[in-house]
Amino acid sequence: MSFFEITLILFQGFLVTLRLFALTLLFSLPLGLIISFGSMSKFKLFSIPTKTFVWIIRGTPLMLQIIVVFYVPGMLFNYPIFKDDRFLAALITFVINYAAYFSEIYRGGIESVPKGQYEAGQVLGLTKTQTFFKVVLMQVVKHILPPISNEVITLVKDTSLIRVIAIVELINAAERFIAKEALLWPLFYTGVFYLAFCGILTLFFNFVEKKLDYYKT
Amino acid sequence: MPVLKVENLTKSFGRTHVLKGVSFDLCEGEVLSVIGSSGSGKTTLLRCINQLETANSGRIIVGGRMVFDSSSEKKLTKKEKRENQLQIGLVFQSFNLFPQYTALDNVTLALKSLAKNRTDFRKNRKQIHSEIEDKAKSILMRVGLSDKFYSYPCELSGGQQQRVSIARAMALEPKILFFDEPTSALDPELTGEILKVIRQLASDSMTMVIVTHEMAFAEAVSTKVIFMDDGVIESCGTPNEVFRENPSDRLKEFLRKYE
Repeated sequence: MSFFEITLILFQGFLVTLRLFALTLLFSLPLGLIISFGSMSKFKLFSIPTKTFVWIIRGTPLMLQIIVVFYVPGMLFNYPIFKDDRFLAALITFVINYAAYFSEIYRGGIESVPKGQYEAGQVLGLTKTQTFFKVVLMQVVKHILPPISNEVITLVKDTSLIRVIAIVELINAAERFIAKEALLWPLFYTGVFYLAFCGILTLFFNFVEKKLDYYKT
Repeated sequence: MPVLKVENLTKSFGRTHVLKGVSFDLCEGEVLSVIGSSGSGKTTLLRCINQLETANSGRIIVGGRMVFDSSSEKKLTKKEKRENQLQIGLVFQSFNLFPQYTALDNVTLALKSLAKNRTDFRKNRKQIHSEIEDKAKSILMRVGLSDKFYSYPCELSGGQQQRVSIARAMALEPKILFFDEPTSALDPELTGEILKVIRQLASDSMTMVIVTHEMAFAEAVSTKVIFMDDGVIESCGTPNEVFRENPSDRLKEFLRKYE
């Protein structure tokens, strides 16, 4: 097999990786915000379950979570829900897992905005919603950008975990060359894909951080 | 008819009684300085009057409106509370400017948000916004910042930031302007520019309440002085009465620290 053919096959796997990456962000970024409101709630009825949930999600391996989501529903209901859609099982797990991490980042960002900013909004006659969207949010975004970029870059590489339920993403695609063609180098070659993609993301986040550099909190 | 009337106000945080029954009146155009050592309840008094803290008991009447009444069962709606709050402008010790907005945007933000409630907002949006901006610019000019409209707070000195925050409070045309130790976070050489602005406001007969540690300034600018000690008003009167004619022993002891 030529280098070009192998690259093409690996790229197919990389597309699965990209799809999981993009969809995970799309759903987990907003879900994380909802979870963060839950864990910051004054009502214990909301905050205790949310905090417990975040503890469980952050306290167990993502790989184990993928296995649980994929197999346990089938064991409980004696029917394999994700039989035809392993990718959906993986996506659900990733969205929940990353939302839990993002929620803690949001919480840190929201709590880092000084109380005086809310009070200033209040004495100027802004409603709580107006204060959040016009005063607090931009400051939160600036605060959380570095930890979010960290998490996003980790996500790129975490996608490789879905091979435990036999989804052919980038690493899995490369591994197949070992069995089929006795070729080890495609596995090493996958590093180039990850590196290039993370490089692009790093440039993007640097760009956004620069854009927000015009003020200091 | 006083513009501000405080009756028997009490406030405690847990077991600490910060205000133990405070009463005073303030008439339109008066400048009241509140002095006293740290922990005497000056700042808490301001914060209770403009509803950043809820007092435990007593009554507060601002501009003829009952803002707080512990004996009444009736609860104010959020809208009423906001309207009450808008009668009083507050200048914070630590400025609390919005860092992501320019000086001009800091001043216009609240006005623009309020303008959305106007019935003709949709039709005349552009015109309303430009009117608001003109107004904000003229206020910023009054506090001597005509060349800083488009500067961000981080680009301004402490004194300039505090002047922006004075402009921001003035833009809403409050009936009373509160200053919570407006110069305490500033270098001594910058306090002068803030005091100058306050003096200018006083000569425009703006009603003001100033919590301050600048004794000479308090004596010079105010029409009325309150000395607070341990949660009560220890002495009250014109600057001359309080400082010169008949200072209490407790006040003498306090003033000695400033000599």
